Amino acid sequence: MGEFKVHRVRFFDYMPSAIRTMAFNSQTERLAVARADGAVEIFNFNDNFFQEKVIPGQDGRAIEALCWVGHRLFSAGLNGEITEYDLENLRPQYTVDAYGGPIWTISSNSQGTQLAVGCEDGTVKIFAILEERIQFQRNLNRHKGRIISLCWHPSSAQIAAGMTDMITIYDAETGQATRRLLVDRAMGASKNKEVVVWSVGYLSDHTIISGDSAGKVQIWNGLTGTLVRTYLVTKWDVLSLIINASQDESSVIAGTSEGTVIQFQFISSTLDQHDKEWVRTRTFRNHSHDVSALAHTDTAVVSGGMDTQLVVRPLLDKVEKNTQESALRKIAFPHRSLVGCAKKAGLLLFQFPDRLELWKLGENFHYVHTGKPGDRLPVKRKPEKLIELKRKGEDHICCSALSACGGWLAYSTVSSVRLYRIQYNKTISINKVPKLPKELRSVHQLCFSSDSSKLFASSCQSSVIVVAVSQQECRYLHTLKHKTGEWKARMHLLCASDDGKWLATANTDCEIHIYNLHKMKLHCMVPVYNSCPTTIAIHPVTNNLISVHADQQIFEFSLVQKEYTQWSRRLQTQGLLSLWLERDTPITHITFNPKNPDHIILHDTYMFCIIDQSLPFPELNAVLWNQMTLKNLPVSQRIGQSHAFKICKIFQHLMCVSLLEDLSLVVVERPLLDIMSQLPAPVRQKKFAT
Amino acid sequence: MAALYEGYTLCGLVPDQNLSSSGIQGIEEERDRDHVVVTDSTRSVTLYKVSDQKPLGSWTVKQGQKLTCPAVFNSQTNEYVAVTDNKVIRIWKEDDILLDKAFKATVSSDVWKVHCTHGGEPVVLFQRGAVRLLDSLLAAPQQPIEEVLAQEETIRWSTIIVAETQQFIIITTEQKGEHFLYLQRLNPNSVQRYRLEREEPGLSPLSFSAIYKDKHICLLYLYPNGHMYQSVLSVRGLGTEEGVQALPLPRSLLLGLPVGDGQLEAASAMALDEAHVAVVGVPHPSAGGGKDFLCIWNTNFQTLQAGKEMAGKIYGQLWSYSNKVFIPHGKTLSIIPFECPKSSLASALGKLKHTKTEGELNQTCHTLRTTRKSQSTTNLTTDQVLELIKTAPVEEIQKEVEGFLTRSEFQDLQPSVGQLALTLVSRSLADPAFYSSSTLAQLVHTRCLCHSVCPDLVLLALEKKDYFLCQLCLQFFPDIPEAVTCACLKTRAEDKKKASAPSQLICPVGLHKAVLINEILQTPYSDTFLLPHLKDLSSQNVMLFLQYLQFLYLKYSQDAFPQMEGFRSPSLSQIMDWVCLLLDAHFTVLVMTPEAKGLLLNLHSFVKSQVRLVSELGKIEGSLQQLHKMKAKESIGQYSIEIIELF
Repeated sequence: MGEFKVHRVRFFDYMPSAIRTMAFNSQTERLAVARADGAVEIFNFNDNFFQEKVIPGQDGRAIEALCWVGHRLFSAGLNGEITEYDLENLRPQYTVDAYGGPIWTISSNSQGTQLAVGCEDGTVKIFAILEERIQFQRNLNRHKGRIISLCWHPSSAQIAAGMTDMITIYDAETGQATRRLLVDRAMGASKNKEVVVWSVGYLSDHTIISGDSAGKVQIWNGLTGTLVRTYLVTKWDVLSLIINASQDESSVIAGTSEGTVIQFQFISSTLDQHDKEWVRTRTFRNHSHDVSALAHTDTAVVSGGMDTQLVVRPLLDKVEKNTQESALRKIAFPHRSLVGCAKKAGLLLFQFPDRLELWKLGENFHYVHTGKPGDRLPVKRKPEKLIELKRKGEDHICCSALSACGGWLAYSTVSSVRLYRIQYNKTISINKVPKLPKELRSVHQLCFSSDSSKLFASSCQSSVIVVAVSQQECRYLHTLKHKTGEWKARMHLLCASDDGKWLATANTDCEIHIYNLHKMKLHCMVPVYNSCPTTIAIHPVTNNLISVHADQQIFEFSLVQKEYTQWSRRLQTQGLLSLWLERDTPITHITFNPKNPDHIILHDTYMFCIIDQSLPFPELNAVLWNQMTLKNLPVSQRIGQSHAFKICKIFQHLMCVSLLEDLSLVVVERPLLDIMSQLPAPVRQKKFAT
Repeated sequence: MAALYEGYTLCGLVPDQNLSSSGIQGIEEERDRDHVVVTDSTRSVTLYKVSDQKPLGSWTVKQGQKLTCPAVFNSQTNEYVAVTDNKVIRIWKEDDILLDKAFKATVSSDVWKVHCTHGGEPVVLFQRGAVRLLDSLLAAPQQPIEEVLAQEETIRWSTIIVAETQQFIIITTEQKGEHFLYLQRLNPNSVQRYRLEREEPGLSPLSFSAIYKDKHICLLYLYPNGHMYQSVLSVRGLGTEEGVQALPLPRSLLLGLPVGDGQLEAASAMALDEAHVAVVGVPHPSAGGGKDFLCIWNTNFQTLQAGKEMAGKIYGQLWSYSNKVFIPHGKTLSIIPFECPKSSLASALGKLKHTKTEGELNQTCHTLRTTRKSQSTTNLTTDQVLELIKTAPVEEIQKEVEGFLTRSEFQDLQPSVGQLALTLVSRSLADPAFYSSSTLAQLVHTRCLCHSVCPDLVLLALEKKDYFLCQLCLQFFPDIPEAVTCACLKTRAEDKKKASAPSQLICPVGLHKAVLINEILQTPYSDTFLLPHLKDLSSQNVMLFLQYLQFLYLKYSQDAFPQMEGFRSPSLSQIMDWVCLLLDAHFTVLVMTPEAKGLLLNLHSFVKSQVRLVSELGKIEGSLQQLHKMKAKESIGQYSIEIIELF
């Protein structure tokens, strides 16, 4: 295979935003996660936890709570507004001001007809959920102090509201408070500090479970208003608490400021007894900081918080042991590429929510030919940040693109698209292209043709807008559509072929469409596979489409013959190795070797792989990662041992792997430790021997 | 005084049959101050560790090939660069064993030399005057090389110099008996040609040397008649018109060295720093006509500072790296360490205090100037002010001196401030009713005064009990004699606070006195001179002083003691030194004094704790040293270019 010069880049200071809250929809198996910057992400738990949608954030949108009602997603936040999202076009559909000050919590009744929100001014407001909107119905009786947490009784007749120092139970019909449960303050020095009930749960048998700022999880009898049991689980706050409501309500999990998640189960404490009670059972420590968001799926505990990672921890009594399903999963990086690479110009584009950075890679000394594998070459010119482009407006950047020559730069927010011309003379000049065609308004994905003459933008209604860019003007050319009428699934991937003839698009309904750009019409559609494509690319020589899916399958589709290639069929027949299929991060980028058309380079977070199509697939019992073995073999024996998957794990936490025109690799790493080091200090914990 | 120390031999030489050349082409600094690469005049390059006097590695080119320029070390890539047979550039690393297998590239024109500064990129200078960065040359080795020099013009000498961040190549050439100098700036390239003034007909410079100082390049050259000239070249505003015109290069005679009988033949001069020149092959003025001497001359005072006779023939070659002179003589290459301290009055008198940076000084002057608001109506000269001081009342003197200080430039202040202070002090001594504290304080504040200029000032201040002025003097004078320090201390101690029971944590002296004592503790001194004066203190004084030191020590032992930036407080080691000194001077008396018993016991416990601390430190010393030995794990940093191999 040979030697590669690698530009190892670690100056992309991507910093994910903290997870504020999450909601799991057990019917669709979708998890909605809201981050501190206002972004909402949707993960598909049916499709290998793929992050299929991202609604970009917005300055000032502080989401405190999320709520699914059927397929509809609502959020409420400290700006006092309730927002419903357009999950196809990935933008807020409308917002309604609740007029109660900041909203701390939102909850819907089990029928999905009413939404209750808890406001700063102490009111619980009920909104009716209508077809296309929500409408204010009434206030429940107002109390002094803010409403921090809410939970409907499954019968929808009562609502439990967590406040400071107490929990109030309302009759949802009359709006009257029927009971008040006084919550004890913490003992000792913080006795004077009021206790905040961060979270409440309401079970069918009228048991109320609360988590509060004094570190307690308390079980109450909601009918009599008596305290049944108190568990002191932390010296700090119990921030979140959730019941496995979709099942038998026999398990509750609570997240604390210490980063632990604690499970309670409704079981009989001794084997022969029938009386069940709530018992503290498991403790999970997968976070370093506050666990502020929790979800309880049928088989797993999902948690997230300040440390920005989403953790899926399977409950080992619910899944088969030692399978892929039972593995702990940490999702640290987005499942899409935030790095653009201009292969001809050796430039990197880093996308942040609030800005873009354009960097020029460094250079080594020309005459150092003595580099051996493992060597680090002396750097003659350091990488240089050419441009830092601040976003305009308050909407965060959702996508960006850099042309291969480095001369064009485009980015989009939910409300606008901006295109820039960059010129590299003695100094760098960047000029905004004025008067973009009006069709370019709200786009999800941007992509330049390889000769930088066209810009493709995936727009709403699943259409692709083609725009010609040139020195003089930016002209609308065509809108590519594959179907007329009601078609809404959003394109999340775009890719143009090197010869400028083909454009491939993929949407979250797992469809891949191929357009002929010469005729400006649909060429064909790739047979739909049941897992969402995570990245697609068109081979520059053969014009075959390579697609990799969330379940880690790889397909090769011939655009000319409109069928899967022989190679692809052989791969499907023989099957991929389980080690490949069990990787838990998706392939987010594919690139090709211009010197060797047999090479396909792809990467996930923890490895990059060069697939050599001329070599045989590994046997099912073969070692997938055989680089060490091959290294130690004499050259003559290597051929017999090598297989198509050349996997390199030297570089970790990859944000991008690309091959430049001069055949040197660019590897953009973002070590998790660097992210950790930028987080605020965690709460102090007593550690053994400190 | 500059000094030459005992030399040692780095290696033997194989000189020519007729002893005309030393057999060494060049010596270049390697990775650090302790490594040099020596290139001999034929085929080999040797790496030496200087302090061990031993070779670490040696590389030889094939029989029939010849090294035509000294090898240089490129510290950016840790590689050596040399040229063989004028046209073949060779690059190798320390672990390359065979030179023939290392990288080589043939260029299209003859190379004169490769120059490289530490940390800089190597620069190739061609015989016809063209200059290329090595990297860009090797990107296309066969690129055409232009001719910069005229017909019949040949390079005599060249060097590289770094001025701030800019690299300059300096070339001297000879054409039909005329000498020229090229100042070639690199990146962006520009060149300026200068014509050297003619010396007596037929005389050509024997040696050149160049250093960079004060934003100028200073070129030094020696003629066979013993005249050493200096020419100063500005690095700014180098002409853009590509040196068509040879500008005349002004020169000044720096030294006229004794030449003995006949003229100098193999001699060389090299600038060591701004004021010192090393000269080899020139007779020692007080040792007859023999020319095998190495001498250091001070060019400011034109004095011979040090000299050493070298055994065997002198070849007129000389190199200097990090305070060592490398000199081939006879059949050895010797290394002679030297020292050229700055000559100043204060350093001759005693320990030199921390030297203030220029910026700091300028700032004081600036504040001085801006804070003086009152403007005198008349602009008096120094002499007029001096006259005024002799007769006028205090207020008027104050006003005029203030005005004078505001008007004068900082550079001109030095002599006049001394005169003003002297006159003021002598009037105060003669007339007990006259004393102008604020004016004196102003003068001290200029930092142009020192104790040796005005020796009576401190004592006068002490006599007048002007402790503020004392404190200023202690702070700003670098050369206060120990006797005066002790005198200050004595007065301070006599003025002790009437504390009923001096507890350990209550300061035994008042605030103002404490400030002054702190200042005394920080004054430079030398033990031997201080001890006799300390013995003059009364035991009462010693007790009080020790109590104060004990108080300071305890303060410092509390970890929360605020040692603020800019707050002038003595360091713990200064305190301990003074405790030791006082105990040394008065131990017998203190042992006999009953009141001192508690104090001594306390001090004893301090010593014990210090001893314990040191022994604990000693215990972890081994582990700490291990840290040094540990090979630092290579950090990856923000960016690197690496080579990987996939199979």
